[in-house]
Amino acid sequence: MSPGPVYPSSEPARWKYLDRIRTRPGPFTPQPFNGETSAKYMDKMKILVIGAGGLGCELLKNLALSGFKNIHVIDMDTIDISNLNRQFLFRQSDVGKFKAEVAAAFVEKRVKGVKITPHNCKIQDFDEDFYMQFQLVVCGLDSIEARRWINATLVNMVDEELDDTIKPLIDGGTEGFKGQARVILPNITSCLECQLDMHAPRAAVPLCTLASIPRQPEHCIEWAHVIAWDKEKPFPQLDKDDPEHITWLYQKALLRAQEFNISGVTYSLTQGVVKNIIPAIAATNSVIAAACCNEALKIATNCAPYLGYPENNYMMYSGNDSIYTYTFKHEKKDDCPVCGVSARELTVDPKWTLQELVDSFATRPEAQLKKPSVRAEGKTLYMQSPPSLEAQTRPNLEKTLAEGLGLVDGQEIGVTDPAFATVSFKFKLKFT
Amino acid sequence: MLKIWSMKKEQQKAENSDGGAAGGAAGGPKKKKVTAAQLRVQKDLNELSLGTTMRTDFPDPDNILSFILYIEPDEGMYKGGRFSFTFNITPNFPHEPPKVQCREKIYHPNIDLEGKVCLNILREDWKPVLNLNAVIVGLQFLFLEPNASDPLNKEAAEDLRNNREMFKRSVRSAMMGGSVRGEGFDRVAI
Repeated sequence: MSPGPVYPSSEPARWKYLDRIRTRPGPFTPQPFNGETSAKYMDKMKILVIGAGGLGCELLKNLALSGFKNIHVIDMDTIDISNLNRQFLFRQSDVGKFKAEVAAAFVEKRVKGVKITPHNCKIQDFDEDFYMQFQLVVCGLDSIEARRWINATLVNMVDEELDDTIKPLIDGGTEGFKGQARVILPNITSCLECQLDMHAPRAAVPLCTLASIPRQPEHCIEWAHVIAWDKEKPFPQLDKDDPEHITWLYQKALLRAQEFNISGVTYSLTQGVVKNIIPAIAATNSVIAAACCNEALKIATNCAPYLGYPENNYMMYSGNDSIYTYTFKHEKKDDCPVCGVSARELTVDPKWTLQELVDSFATRPEAQLKKPSVRAEGKTLYMQSPPSLEAQTRPNLEKTLAEGLGLVDGQEIGVTDPAFATVSFKFKLKFT
Repeated sequence: MLKIWSMKKEQQKAENSDGGAAGGAAGGPKKKKVTAAQLRVQKDLNELSLGTTMRTDFPDPDNILSFILYIEPDEGMYKGGRFSFTFNITPNFPHEPPKVQCREKIYHPNIDLEGKVCLNILREDWKPVLNLNAVIVGLQFLFLEPNASDPLNKEAAEDLRNNREMFKRSVRSAMMGGSVRGEGFDRVAI
């Protein structure tokens, strides 16, 4: 990708073929389809890209060239020299600058008419109000933690009453020659948490191995990370992105490795183990990003069936032995901790005492709980056990729901019963 | 885009005809939702079987993610002691195990001098299907059967392996607040 000419004179030509796809129905286009409306809708859409790394660069370029006009991108990282081989929006002179900023500027310059807003921060720095402004979220992340966070946030944002609180999440992921593209329609299709078993977790090392006889360089690094850090606390809080902190861990790990005659502890391995980094291959990134962008275009315009609708929601790709892809439906889990239990409505009189509410669960056909424990977020109302908590919360039983306990209309409560180990209910209070 | 919403409505209709009541009519500003971790901990706490040898203490009953567990073994070498553990549960529970630490400095092959506990299900063998009860049973077991082959306190493990009677005496004296091999311990005898 050498910096070539920009095409001011050929702008309409650039979008000619895209517009054919967006505005004309094809053999698989779900009916009814109005191409004109879809294209206009897409022009007004705001789309969020999370991650401006290997997948992110590809995604930003693809989405801009697919006609998305208003894109935001979040990435907390800065550009490292080792990124340049595959993160093609960055040049050597950009090393040290924020990825989101540089990537946004590059694509804006090359694709006329697209507006890309960079955010140089963590996804956790934003709240639901921020995520609410987008119609679509595309993820190119390298960590499972960040994926789970955004997944849980988007699932929690769904308000059954308001259609536009459902933000489709397109998630791309790569690991060496393997990758996956999937679409999550929060609360409708299987969520990322339902699919967690698709990721093989990193095998944890027994604490005793770390403490007594390390065998591998990774053990030494984990020892520095888990034991030495805790003991010496060189900085108040471990920041895995602070080179100074990683250097401290690296040096600790190196000393330990020398003590046990283990070779192979390097700075980049330390970073890899501590941050749980997954290696990346440029070609895999481009295949997966293309698939993700394709899904985004289809969801935005309805020009063809997409992952998540009507059936299949998961596409896996393997380039290990020639090329193989398989697309299937990952089922939603009823007991998924994130999307499994949606709150049911519970009509109650705000003047009831908590005791009356607790007693009422025994006779409600949808609950039939004889010994229910009840909590609201951040407030323990009544717990049947353990005994100490029962004693602490017993005085609440005499208080009224609204005045005495401060519960409000529409608030969610969680209800469990020791007699039904597998059941837990969420209710949304509706005051009469 | 619109397809998603029509799809959702179809799904809702199906659920409603099954007798389930999805969705609520209460509008207004968004209310705090019950998180998955909290609900799971609530359930797990309900299922704890503490028996006569254990009890819990919640410094803040509204925060059930953080509590103290007291264990008073009624048999074995650690009989007559009272040991306490802090439990800190992250919002990632049950995908992450609870963080458990012994609050006293004790002489035990599987608990180091800072209170770190070597129990397989607290680390490499943790699975989301395990619950808090499994953890407290595991802790209780450590006091009944200290395990010398999996040490965190190497000296204590050596003592246990080499001379069980001697180890027992060291445990007694450590529990009384004495020292073993020059290391002072907290008094935990009641």
